[in-house]
Amino acid sequence: MKAKFLVPLLLFFALAAFLGFGLTLNPREVPSPLIGKPAPEFTLARLDQPEQRFALEEMRGEVWLLNVWASWCVACREEHPVLVRMAQQKLVPIVGLNYKEVRGDGALNVRGMALDTETDLAIQRARRWLTDHGDPYVLSVLDIDGRVGIDFGVYGVPETFLIDREGKIRYKHIGPITPEVLKQVLLPKIEEVRRAG
Amino acid sequence: MIPELGHFALILALVLSLVQGIVPLVGASRNSMALMAVGRPAAQGQFFFILFSYVCLTWAFVTSDFSVQLAASNSHSATPLMYKITGVWGNHEGSLLLWAMSLSLWTVAVTVFSRHLPEAFMARVLGVLGWVSVGFISFTLVTSNPFDRLLPAVAEGRDLNPLLQDPGMIIHPPLLYMGYVGFSVAFAFAIAALLSGRLDAAWARWSRPWTTVAWVFLTAGIAVGSGWAYYELGWGGWWFWDPVENASFMPWLLGTALIHSLAVTEKRGAFRSWTVLLAIAAFSMSLLGTFLVRSGVITSVHAFATDPKRGLYILALLVLVIGFSLMLYAMRANKLMGGGSFALVSRETSLLGNNVLLTVASASVLLGTLYPLFLDALNLGKISVGPPYFEAVFVPLMTPVVVLMMFGPFLRWKDDDFVAAARKVAPAFVASILIGIGAAMAVDHLTWRTALGLFLAAWVVLASIQLLYGRLKERAGASVGSRLRSITASWWGMWLAHLGIGVFIIGVTMVGSLDQHLDVKMQEGQRAELAGYTFTFRGAIDADGPNYDAARGIIDVTRNGRAIATLTPEKRLYWAQGMPMTEASIDIGPFRDVYVSLGEQLETGAWIVSLYYKPFISWIWLGCTLMGLGGLFAAADRRYRRLAERDAKVGAGRSVAGAA
Repeated sequence: MKAKFLVPLLLFFALAAFLGFGLTLNPREVPSPLIGKPAPEFTLARLDQPEQRFALEEMRGEVWLLNVWASWCVACREEHPVLVRMAQQKLVPIVGLNYKEVRGDGALNVRGMALDTETDLAIQRARRWLTDHGDPYVLSVLDIDGRVGIDFGVYGVPETFLIDREGKIRYKHIGPITPEVLKQVLLPKIEEVRRAG
Repeated sequence: MIPELGHFALILALVLSLVQGIVPLVGASRNSMALMAVGRPAAQGQFFFILFSYVCLTWAFVTSDFSVQLAASNSHSATPLMYKITGVWGNHEGSLLLWAMSLSLWTVAVTVFSRHLPEAFMARVLGVLGWVSVGFISFTLVTSNPFDRLLPAVAEGRDLNPLLQDPGMIIHPPLLYMGYVGFSVAFAFAIAALLSGRLDAAWARWSRPWTTVAWVFLTAGIAVGSGWAYYELGWGGWWFWDPVENASFMPWLLGTALIHSLAVTEKRGAFRSWTVLLAIAAFSMSLLGTFLVRSGVITSVHAFATDPKRGLYILALLVLVIGFSLMLYAMRANKLMGGGSFALVSRETSLLGNNVLLTVASASVLLGTLYPLFLDALNLGKISVGPPYFEAVFVPLMTPVVVLMMFGPFLRWKDDDFVAAARKVAPAFVASILIGIGAAMAVDHLTWRTALGLFLAAWVVLASIQLLYGRLKERAGASVGSRLRSITASWWGMWLAHLGIGVFIIGVTMVGSLDQHLDVKMQEGQRAELAGYTFTFRGAIDADGPNYDAARGIIDVTRNGRAIATLTPEKRLYWAQGMPMTEASIDIGPFRDVYVSLGEQLETGAWIVSLYYKPFISWIWLGCTLMGLGGLFAAADRRYRRLAERDAKVGAGRSVAGAA
């Protein structure tokens, strides 16, 4: 065996080492331009008391999660038990952003539906869902038309934002929070943000 | 029940692939006919079970069985039947099953069409393919079971990504996979040759038609994919240097090098070591592409849902398959040295030059694709590599490839006189330079890139004509018809495929230099002008489909008062994912496409409309079609069948001798 014939093999191993290391990195972590920036301001109607409004300001001084959810979202079913358990253990306050409850649902035809009707329907559906599956949220707010979702750059439900005491977004998780994500990513991040003051 | 049957059939297929991977290889090393004979039925049985499993999965989609997780996430009861069927491969798990099925289909094709091969060689080929199959079926079963249940079932599915609800998507993935996976056959032939230690040119001859057919599939798959991107994404582009596109382009470049290298090995016995390495590399790139798309190490618009477990599994698979092959290569390669010698000026040299350039091109695409990962891994920051890099690297690499590609066929094998050859092609070459500059000036766009592109295209076309003329002149006296018929299919294949490159370059250059684009706000009755065409917006009507709502704009296109077309771009909102989609409308012509897509509706009732003028864009796909046709001609050459018959006779003689 001549040494030069080993060159392809060695090159490949070097490449494989990089690829292996690449698996431990997450190319999706950085792209959100919002990270490190103040969370977009909003005031929205509360799901439990629609006549009252909730503003982002009210959470100032707390490290908390903003979780984007909807009853039509299949992946939310996967993460919901994890959220409920987090709430029971009082790990971190979670505010729910109920996103396009009615118009996001493909099974419904909302064309020509009046906004009042849509809001009533959304409240009814979202409340039933929380009754059926448990309510892990300190409170939920209604983003009927998805405008706040747009401000936050939501492109798929569920998404979760970690917000610090000054109201800055510190981390964004796309997709359902699984027990592994919670343990390996989210909890360490929350700790980090808490310690940072 | 049916999904469980499918799952079970897949497990049986895995067992059969293990049998196929072990028994024939043991048989080949012990020279036991009985053990070697197991390969064929095992491969065919495996195909049956995978097909069965695939049909079961399709059944879950067609009957909207949303207790199957995959169907719930990728189908909807209102989805048209066609897209329920194609939805099966519009996701990671299902497409993996399609991958395994095409591998199995290729294997069965080898068992059917390569009967003339010596038993021991055949046994090794099937053994190698068996192991590849073990890798992929077990990957499917362990990390990505398509038959996972969702209990309790959901009432309605999430529907297939609307981008994929398109006729182009019906054929793109199967074609692409047939191409990717087809290189596994060339790979298996090369490994079988290394294993047997019989490294003469025979294996190259046997694997040539297989490699060419795989290359044709890959070419077609990439072309359809880029066509789909062109009309479906609605921004008029046709290639984006996206990592996933690159993942299919790298094996294509290496496959192109491989089919040429195989030709030299078969005809002249030269480059044997290089050919083996290319066969391994082309398939390795297919595997690497699979890894990149499915592991999540690279961000891409069309990466699948990712999971590190899957990434780790494919990486392990990559290391085993490629590591083993390259190890085997390192051990046996010194036996591959030698072969026909050739002088500096010869057809071999031109082919070798292009081989090296294509390999370097493939490596630079790999570098560009993985560069963000390298930097990230070395903690040097996060970057992304875009089209400017690829264009800057590609143009200088491909220019000599195209020049050499047309010069090579004028050279004789083994040795030629450079001055004589250069004198032969000099008129065409000089004329091409003049045409390139002249044409660039004629279209009023004299940049070096346009002139270079048009020069290359002219060179390909002129040299092709000269080549054909020279070929016809060889048999002076005979009628033109009989002279044309006397040319072999593989020569026509070469000629067509090379001409296809020229046509392709015309398309790329013209679109790159001369396309025009305009975004306008249009009220009903308003007009806009672009590239001499007048677009009149006639308003938008409702045009709801089976699983979406849509608005359809009606736009009349006229030129100098003459009606050209009425275009009807749509803006669709798919119910299940709430995803808006644009359906572009295109008037396709031989020398230009007029392309219109509908943007948002404004509160005033006006619509944003995107208008594009795309000169010569169809030539891109016409060029690809010619390349594909060329490949088909080459693969269909009668010579292979004659050689096959001869091999069969030799093989029969040999086994009789063995029996005696």
